[in-house]
Amino acid sequence: MEFIIITLVKMALTAFVLLTACAYLVWIERKVLAHIQLRPGPYFVGPHGLLQPLADLIKLLTKEGVVPASVNPFFYLLAPFLAVTLGLTSIVVIPFTPEFEIFGVKTAMGLTDLNIAVLFVLAISSLGVYGIAIGGWASNNKYSLMGGLRSASQMISYELPLALAIVAPLLLMNTLNFRTIIEAQSGYWFGVIPKWNVFAMPVPQIFSFLIFMTAGFAETNRVPFDLPEAESELVAGFHTEYSSMMFASFFMAEYANIITICCVATVLFLGGWHPLWPAGYGSDLVPPLLLAAAGAMLLFHAGQAVRWRSWDRFSFPVIGVIFLGLSGFFFIPLLKPILVPLFWFLLKAGFLIFVFIWIRGTLPRFRYDQLMRFAWTFLFPVAVVNLLVTGLLVALAGN
Amino acid sequence: MDVVLFLLFASVAVGCAINLVLQTHPISSALSLIGVMGSLAVLYLLLGGEFIAAVQLIVYAGAIMVLFVFVIMLLNAGAEKRPTRKVLRTAVALPLLFTLAGVGAWLAATQTPKTDAVKFGAYTAGPAEVGRAIFTSYLLPFEVTSILILIAILGAIVLARKEI
Repeated sequence: MEFIIITLVKMALTAFVLLTACAYLVWIERKVLAHIQLRPGPYFVGPHGLLQPLADLIKLLTKEGVVPASVNPFFYLLAPFLAVTLGLTSIVVIPFTPEFEIFGVKTAMGLTDLNIAVLFVLAISSLGVYGIAIGGWASNNKYSLMGGLRSASQMISYELPLALAIVAPLLLMNTLNFRTIIEAQSGYWFGVIPKWNVFAMPVPQIFSFLIFMTAGFAETNRVPFDLPEAESELVAGFHTEYSSMMFASFFMAEYANIITICCVATVLFLGGWHPLWPAGYGSDLVPPLLLAAAGAMLLFHAGQAVRWRSWDRFSFPVIGVIFLGLSGFFFIPLLKPILVPLFWFLLKAGFLIFVFIWIRGTLPRFRYDQLMRFAWTFLFPVAVVNLLVTGLLVALAGN
Repeated sequence: MDVVLFLLFASVAVGCAINLVLQTHPISSALSLIGVMGSLAVLYLLLGGEFIAAVQLIVYAGAIMVLFVFVIMLLNAGAEKRPTRKVLRTAVALPLLFTLAGVGAWLAATQTPKTDAVKFGAYTAGPAEVGRAIFTSYLLPFEVTSILILIAILGAIVLARKEI
């Protein structure tokens, strides 16, 4: 009897130790390999890893661009070209600042000022699916084809709630021109709450904003809607076969689309360049104060550089002084009307871009059927109801 | 400038349309059709109808053709076979083509009413004008069309249900 008990305890102990050792062996292997292969990670290329994108670019440019056998070369090469061209096109209609006069020239930041800017963005984004779909099809690979098919169906499905979410604030605005839309959102309720569309009366567009952002995640194939490139199922989805700059084109297109979606959301819902609170309460002082604080913090930390990052002693003061100098620019009367609106626009768009990355680090991926059910049975009806309610309230308030 | 752009995109449209018929692979044909739609959108833009141009892109190139491409990819349709006895077919088809083109040109020249030359940028109809026209002067055709589309959707569902 004693023997059996001792043996059982021994067995449990052995199993426990062995399993724990296995788990920690994985950790040890990763640590040892990282040390052997001298993988310093993106933080160490140049000061604070700032040169990492350049290193990536050189790496991608010097890699061999493989065109696999038995693909259709025309479509295979057309797809990344389409993706990156369309991805970079939409930004032309985004107005970043109001009109200003500099050296006698009246202009504004932003390339064009279309009367139908909203429709232009929708048209370009609806064409964006071809890059991915054709790329997936032309790769002549079943995983790529699945990725392309998923992308096509996903983008068709999510374009509807996206467009319906855009229509609701347009009912309040009565225009399709981005500049007019932003200008209509100036002013403050009770002198403090900005009259952005998310806070608009008679019906705050907060639901439209959320629907727009959710559909935007799906349109840009980002987590949690990154089914077209789900690496655990499809290797890398539509860009499995692509290498070198062709792969980089898809990559750049995705990020260009994120920037566009965030800029459009800023214009339509977050009041574009209008500050969060009135200039009378010192909103103009926020950008110089932020930059000055960053500069001061860098100067302070320069004296405390740790031993294994000794270059901080040089880079921190230099960047700190640059930041302090930049904050001075906001007090130059000639530049102030350009820089302050630009700052607020970039702050809002930048925050939304941060949310994109935040979500990627937080949420798991949907399953494919969940993705479609979510689009058609939840997001689409909600968008329709939201649009109807907005229309009803706008009509009632109009009378 | 306008004339150059018109000639460029008109020839792109016609070229794509011819390519659509000549290509053997469905995907190539579908993409040629997208080329036709895109060039037509540019032609609308040249006439000044930026709203119509954007709608042309969104509806035809962005939605309908995506579905076409989707279905072709889903069914993995391969290239169709070229017909045999090519010379004989061409010999019969070419005279017929020229006859048809001639008759069409003659009808267009004699039967259509004489109008002024179309001017670039003269047809600026924004979303407000189009919307007003649809819901006032053209309300009946608009509603009839929507019922027609609804019937087509119902028909598609009925046909598809048998296979589920």
